[in-house]
Amino acid sequence: MGPNLIANYGEAIAMIMFAIGMGNLLLQKNLIKKIIGLNIMDSSVYLFLALKGYITGRKVPIVVDGIQEVTAYINPIPAGLVLTGIVVSVSVSALMLSLTIRLYKRYHTLDLDEISLRLRQEGL
Amino acid sequence: MQFVQNFPFFCIILTLFSGSVCAVLKSKPARIVNTILITIVGILNACVLAFEIKTGESYTYMMGHFPAPWGNEIRIGVLEAGMALFFCVIMLLSMLGGKHKVLTEIAKEKQNLYYVLVNLLLSSLIALVYTNDIFTAYVFVEINTISACGLIMIRQNGRTIEAAVRYMIMSLLGSGLLLMGICMLYDITGHLLMSNIKQTLEATYASGKLDVPLLVSVAFMCIGLAIKSALFPFHAWLPDAYGYSTVSSAAILSSLVSKGYIFLLIKIIYRVVGFEIFRDTHIINVLFIFGLCGMIFGSVSAIRENDIRRMIAFSSVAQIGYIYMGIGLGTEVGMAASIFHILSHAATKSMLFIAAIGLTEVSDGSRHFIKLTGAGFRNKIAGLTFMAGSLSMVGVPIFAGFISKLLFAQAATVNKGKMLPVLICLGISTILNAIYFMKTVIRIYTPIDDKTFEENKCSVIKARQVPLYTVTCILFIIVNVVLGTMSDPIMDLITKGLSMFA
Repeated sequence: MGPNLIANYGEAIAMIMFAIGMGNLLLQKNLIKKIIGLNIMDSSVYLFLALKGYITGRKVPIVVDGIQEVTAYINPIPAGLVLTGIVVSVSVSALMLSLTIRLYKRYHTLDLDEISLRLRQEGL
Repeated sequence: MQFVQNFPFFCIILTLFSGSVCAVLKSKPARIVNTILITIVGILNACVLAFEIKTGESYTYMMGHFPAPWGNEIRIGVLEAGMALFFCVIMLLSMLGGKHKVLTEIAKEKQNLYYVLVNLLLSSLIALVYTNDIFTAYVFVEINTISACGLIMIRQNGRTIEAAVRYMIMSLLGSGLLLMGICMLYDITGHLLMSNIKQTLEATYASGKLDVPLLVSVAFMCIGLAIKSALFPFHAWLPDAYGYSTVSSAAILSSLVSKGYIFLLIKIIYRVVGFEIFRDTHIINVLFIFGLCGMIFGSVSAIRENDIRRMIAFSSVAQIGYIYMGIGLGTEVGMAASIFHILSHAATKSMLFIAAIGLTEVSDGSRHFIKLTGAGFRNKIAGLTFMAGSLSMVGVPIFAGFISKLLFAQAATVNKGKMLPVLICLGISTILNAIYFMKTVIRIYTPIDDKTFEENKCSVIKARQVPLYTVTCILFIIVNVVLGTMSDPIMDLITKGLSMFA
């Protein structure tokens, strides 16, 4: 396991980041910190994908002077997936932030537990 | 290629397109567009279903001009077409039944946005059902999540926004796990199309290498989708989200959104991982145990609730437990029973939400049980519908719920090791269901005297005053009875569809 771990240190870092992000998203009380956790989690997936698409010693898959052999380029599909993922991640972050602004305007706090407590007191 | 084979693609494009059209319309035209659209999409899917039954084999449809390993595809079989048709029917009924509430509960200038969200939701559901590309599935899962969140928060008060935030947090956790699982699977196989992944995976599995990455990836996808469809330990967001949103949203969320994810999971099990490999990974046992726990604990929470909407929401937790329990049995019969339960639960739960809103309306808008006393007499059609829904949930013959319980029990007998726990939990869960649903039915049919009537500010609604609502309720009951009495042909279709999956 040891040598494998060292050889694939990038993937290991991605997994640790994923765990950190997930923990933050679940356990933080502060809504902004939760959203930061979400972004860390998503970024770790992109890191993982980018690492998997990279092949040492090959070039960026952009045709500059004539098409070369397939073996000259790295795999472009993970990059496409990362782009799609980023679009999705940006839109959900925006949605979460707008919801946070709504809650903050109403209750003047970012603490989700505090907001739940207030709601219970309001008895809505 | 016949013209009818294009219809699934038309459905997805039409719904996406009309979503953007509704954004610039006023509320009334938007509503009309939405209603017509759902009807058209339903009819198109019915045509596809008829075509599929006639030909008896599935086909793939190329999206764009690139052939299989590179381009994007959708795949159409009996099960997909039937599910899409069913989703359209339930969505149409939920929208019609909750129409008057949408008009009163949502700010006038935001009503057209509500229909935009509903259209987007429908398009993502149909795409989830038909897609043959696993990354497309992820993208539409996210679209589904965003539009579902919009459906929750469109009725603006503190409760719904908080519920939407909690829903988003759990959902995003689920989609993060799903995305990670998909990425790992892409690493192992190098493909994104379901059929190609399966081919490669079978070879990899036979060689015995990469067992651990495969296990982790399948586990991530399963847990991700389980979180999103509110399997038992991850259900904390559910009662608020279903309990406080406007009633159409609650009906759609409980009966369609969570079912879309479960259908995707079943599709992944059959078309991506392969049923045999999935059964060998033991994740199936985890789903089984959490399903059983959900059946019991969901019902227990529902008994303790004294708010009718939240009670129905907690009952969803129990019913989703049933579905996962069926998947966890690890047999074809169990899977077929689960799919039938998806249908029966979707039909029943949306009916209960729509009926409950009629009962609260005649009780001064209060959802607490004390105030609801005698509501069945004040709004007869809502009372009748609620009773039919409750009987179906408890599992009384001629209603849909009975058939799914019967199928689960039959499926359990095939699997020797899991038979006893399933039967015991089915028994306990049925008793618990009976306790809280019959309690409510008895409560709404307990007469009250005139003094309490005045005190609680009750009112009376006659069926003639709300023709649309009445018709919707009757249609709901008919759908339920059809599912309950004509289960044999439906089960034939499901089994046929499952065999087409492989």
